[in-house]
Amino acid sequence: MTNTLHRYGKSDSFVDDYIVFSLPAKSKAAGQTGDALAAQKRFMAIAAEFKPASLGDALHGGSLRPTRSRSIFGHWGKRNKPNFKRVLEGMSKAGTMAAVFDNRAAAEGFVKRIAEENLGLSVNISSSIVNAKNACDHAGIKRHSIAYSLGFEDVGDNTPGKQAIMLSTMCGHGMLSINFAQKMMSFVRENRRTPKEAAEAMARFCSCGIFNTTRAKRILEDVRIGVK
Amino acid sequence: MRINPNKCVACGNCTYVCPMGAIYIDPQLQRATINRDECVECYACYNGLSKEVLPPRTVRFVRRTLANFRVRFEPEPDVCPTSAFEPDQLEWPRVVRRAFSDPRVPHESTGVSGRGTEEVKTNDVTNRVGIGEVGFTIELGRPGIGARFRDFQEMSRALAKAGVSFEKNNPISTLMTDTSTGDIRPDILNEKVMSAIIEIKVPIERTEEIIRIIWDVEKRIPTQIVLGVGVRCDEDGEEKLVLPILEKLGYNPQRAKTNIGLGRKVIRDLTNAAPVAAPKEMVNA
Repeated sequence: MTNTLHRYGKSDSFVDDYIVFSLPAKSKAAGQTGDALAAQKRFMAIAAEFKPASLGDALHGGSLRPTRSRSIFGHWGKRNKPNFKRVLEGMSKAGTMAAVFDNRAAAEGFVKRIAEENLGLSVNISSSIVNAKNACDHAGIKRHSIAYSLGFEDVGDNTPGKQAIMLSTMCGHGMLSINFAQKMMSFVRENRRTPKEAAEAMARFCSCGIFNTTRAKRILEDVRIGVK
Repeated sequence: MRINPNKCVACGNCTYVCPMGAIYIDPQLQRATINRDECVECYACYNGLSKEVLPPRTVRFVRRTLANFRVRFEPEPDVCPTSAFEPDQLEWPRVVRRAFSDPRVPHESTGVSGRGTEEVKTNDVTNRVGIGEVGFTIELGRPGIGARFRDFQEMSRALAKAGVSFEKNNPISTLMTDTSTGDIRPDILNEKVMSAIIEIKVPIERTEEIIRIIWDVEKRIPTQIVLGVGVRCDEDGEEKLVLPILEKLGYNPQRAKTNIGLGRKVIRDLTNAAPVAAPKEMVNA
C-alpha cells in the first residue's frame, strides 16, 4: 500500500505536509512479538499532544468522516468537525495509524518524542525527502530505509489541472476523484464555498484519514486567486 | 454497486465523486446510472458520500418546479440526498475489482490485505530489502485512470522475461498462474481496478535495466504508471547508491517514505507505562 507516497507536487509544496505513521510487521516470518495495538494507541495519543492536522486509522477512518442525517437541514451549515476522540477510541486492531502534521515544529517534536518512547513499531515519515531528513536529524536518529517516489510517468510540471492532481493524490488510494477536486476548485473560485469547507468536503472521502486539509486549503487559496 | 432508481433524484453529485467517472445521468431514465464496465467497485460513492434520507418524490417535484425558474436544487456537494446507493453481491471474477479498489476490504480473493505489501515500511524489522538491493513498487492505474489485469500482465510478462522474481505475498503475484512467465489467470484479464502494485526486488546494478523495461511497457499499455523505489540506507543513514542512478535517468525525486528505524523484534511492554492523555482541546477540536 503506497497510499501516502505518491502525493503530487514539488518539494516546496510539502512544506506543511508531514505524515508520520506506524505499523507492526504483520508477517509471521518477521517474528515480531508484543502488543502492537497498545503501542499504536500510545503512538496516536502522543500524536494528539502535538496538535496534528489529522489522525487516521486505516481500518476505521480519519477525524473527518461522512455523516448520515434524516433531517432535511441535517447538512446545512452544520457539518461535522474533526473528531480526534473518535479516532483514538475507535482503534480496535493494529494496522496503519497515521498522524498528519502541517508544521515542521510539531512534526519534528513528535518524531523526537516517539523515538524516545522506543515503542518497537516501525515508524515512517512520508513527506519531502528534506523534511524527513531534517526530522531525523532533529531526533538524533539515522534513516533506515527510503522509498523514493519517482512520480507519475509523463505527468510533467506543466500538466493542465495539476492543482486538481495535487488535491486528488492526497488520498493515495484514489478515493478522492479528480472531477470532485475540480468541482471544489470551481466552488471556491465562484465563492460558493470557502477553501476550508471545500477541503473538509474532500477530506471525508479519504478513508485512511491522511488527507491534509491545511495543504488543501493553501492550494485552494492559490486556485481562488489564479496562482498556478 | 447499483443506484436504486426509485430513490435517485438525479442531482448529479455522484457523477463528480466517482474516481473513474463511471456515473452519469441517463437522459432517458432521468436517473444516475453506472457504467458497469468502467466501475471498479471502489465504493467511494457509497462510503464517501454523506447520506440524507429525503423523500425522493418530493425532491423530484421541488427540482422540476425550481428548474422552471432557472433555480437549481443543490444539496451539499458531498451528499447523496436520498441514500440511493446500494451495494451489489459481487461474484467472481468481479469481486477482484473491489479487493483492489476499496482500501477497507481485505483481499477475499487472495487472502492478502492492501494493494501491495509492507514494502520497506517495516524493513527495520523484516530486512526485506537488504544492503545492495532495490525494491520496486510498480503501480498501475493512478491517478484516476484505473487499469485492467491485461495491463498488469503486459508488465509482469516483460519483467519475468528479464528473469526477476516477484514478491510472493503481493496480491498481483498471487493471481499469477505462472510467476516464471508473469502470466495472470485468464478469467480476470478484462477486470478493471483502481490500481494495483507489482513488486519486485533486484540487485542495485539492475536498477537502470528495470526502469528501462518499465518505460518500454508503458508505451504499450493504456494506463498510467507510478514508480516507487525502496532502498536501504547505509550506517550513517545516507543513501548514495541508487539516487545517482535515478538522477542519471532524469528523475529528480522530491518525495519519499522514510523508515526511521524504530522497529524492533519485540514491541515495548506498556503494562506499567504512565498513561498518555490526549489534550482536552484536541479531543473535539
